[in-house]
Amino acid sequence: MKQTAFDPMSYLPGMERLDSGVMRRVLDAVKGYAPEDFAEDDARRALERDTKGPWELAALLSPGAAPLLEDMAAAARRETRRWFGNGVGLFTPLYIANYCENACSYCGFGSGHRIRRGKLSREDILREAEAIASTGLREILVLTGECRGAAGVEYIGGALALLRAYFSVIGVEIFPLNTEEYRYLRDCGADYVSVYQETYDPARYDEVHPLGPKRSYPYRFDAQERALRGGMRGVAFGSLLGLGDFRADAYAAGLHAYFLQQKYPHAEIAFSFPRLRPFGSDPAPASRILSPLKESDLLQVMLAYRLFLPFAGITLSTRERPGFRDRAAALVATKLSAGVSVGVGGHGEKAKGDPQFQIADGRSVDEVRAMLLEQGMQPVFMDYVRV
Amino acid sequence: MDDLFQLGGKSFRSRFILGSGKFSLPLIQAVAEHGGAEIITLALRRANAGGGENILDFIPEGITLLPNTSGARTAGEAVRVARLARALGCGDFVKVEIIRDTKYLLPENAETVKACEILAAEGFAVLPYVYPDLATARALAKAGAAAVMPLGAPIGSNKGLLTRDFIEILLREMELPVIVDAGIGRPSQACEAMEMGCAAVMANTAIATAGDAAEMAAAFRLAIEAGRRAYLAGPGRVLERGGEASSPLTGFLED
Repeated sequence: MKQTAFDPMSYLPGMERLDSGVMRRVLDAVKGYAPEDFAEDDARRALERDTKGPWELAALLSPGAAPLLEDMAAAARRETRRWFGNGVGLFTPLYIANYCENACSYCGFGSGHRIRRGKLSREDILREAEAIASTGLREILVLTGECRGAAGVEYIGGALALLRAYFSVIGVEIFPLNTEEYRYLRDCGADYVSVYQETYDPARYDEVHPLGPKRSYPYRFDAQERALRGGMRGVAFGSLLGLGDFRADAYAAGLHAYFLQQKYPHAEIAFSFPRLRPFGSDPAPASRILSPLKESDLLQVMLAYRLFLPFAGITLSTRERPGFRDRAAALVATKLSAGVSVGVGGHGEKAKGDPQFQIADGRSVDEVRAMLLEQGMQPVFMDYVRV
Repeated sequence: MDDLFQLGGKSFRSRFILGSGKFSLPLIQAVAEHGGAEIITLALRRANAGGGENILDFIPEGITLLPNTSGARTAGEAVRVARLARALGCGDFVKVEIIRDTKYLLPENAETVKACEILAAEGFAVLPYVYPDLATARALAKAGAAAVMPLGAPIGSNKGLLTRDFIEILLREMELPVIVDAGIGRPSQACEAMEMGCAAVMANTAIATAGDAAEMAAAFRLAIEAGRRAYLAGPGRVLERGGEASSPLTGFLED
């Protein structure tokens, strides 16, 4: 299905509108955010405050906080230990399909790319589930591209219903749905929903999403709220760091989670930090990456979130190299992926579709587990009982 | 004479309840031994029966398990978690924890009372984690709770007895054992709770975040014992403010 370019701030037919006000609050706040206005003194004051609100987040994400990275790391580690002890949950992603009708300029799954497409059959899913469960994992993240025709909500629900027999926690990272569709997936076994806004800057969003339903900015923005209304236990936020101004995007994603948790106090919230990575033979040309991040920038964002919302889950992706993940995990992480395959399937046997991006950490579950133990952390396989 | 702690039909010598949720599983045994703990709480959601890193495999022999219902957001969920704990062989003790607020982790008192009614009727020894509220505590007693577990301060805050005055009210009015649950950050705070007359103290974060968890557990043990002995001895008079005039204030009376 191809659409001609529609206004990215509008909705396509069938898309549920919430008009909840959260988007407006976030956009207004980001409009007034000038990271360079914060001096080191501001960042120091923010760091030292007991409780942190939007101003403190803004200061900690600013260049003014860069000289305080070491102090932020120490404070973040204290908060992580205080809230979560030394436990770090382990999970793995399972891509069940990679059909996609969007054409996002930064993504390896986009409809314009000539890659091998596929989806897993029931038998494939069971084989993958067996293979993943045999590594000891009890948590899984199910992913698809966006193509309701080829791998729609019922297909995903069917997959979840099979997977729930193997896993105690299931997250989904799929295209945004309406409230009732989220409720259906929850009933099929989903606990968490991850949706990344990619960039919160509407103009940049417009540029990089020329086609497909993903072009609707507000429908994507309100996905977490619909998921919570549909009965999901938790929701995850993030932006594709580097796609737009990373400080502004990080500020927006942080506020998005903050305002939504205020509105739905029972919601478990979590963050991920995808950074633009090369896909296929594409070396990630500079034109795609508006605001490149150094590792120190990425870490600053992670630390700022931990200090702003100490109770939030933080997941570290295999897009980052092992040396970074291992050390950052000790400071901020509540979850790490392990034994990752980003092709369609690929845990049990050869993948049925090409990967979305290249990973930088291909270690097995056992290897990640051993790394955690070596660092004095406690790998956690099971952290939820479905009743 | 032995000063035994009666709880849920069992007797304990230790009044230190150890939380197990925030440190490495192999440390549990050493921490329990150093702390002299006879009761250990564990999150049932961490029990990975037959799988890796299963907390149940790390609890020393002879310890009374106190599974908690963390993760439950309603009375119904807490009840189902408690039943599952019993089915997994964790015994009849259950700490009811119902939280619908992920930011502050404050307990949901009304749902907790509902869960307590159901579980006590099923023969569980119910230890409900609550905000220290007298009306709730009375409802819990009526529902058949084995104790009341008020928070001293927000979970994990290590801020001590911020709710001291309200816990005092529970101690004065309730016959049930009062066990201070969350917020105890230092042995001195545990000691203070015991001096006030609390029946026991539970701690987790304070020990898990210590440089040496086993040594901190030992310090808690001593503090809890000291506080208990002080309570039994009857604390002496403590002046709330300033000194007292040395000449009598009522010396002007002529009768």
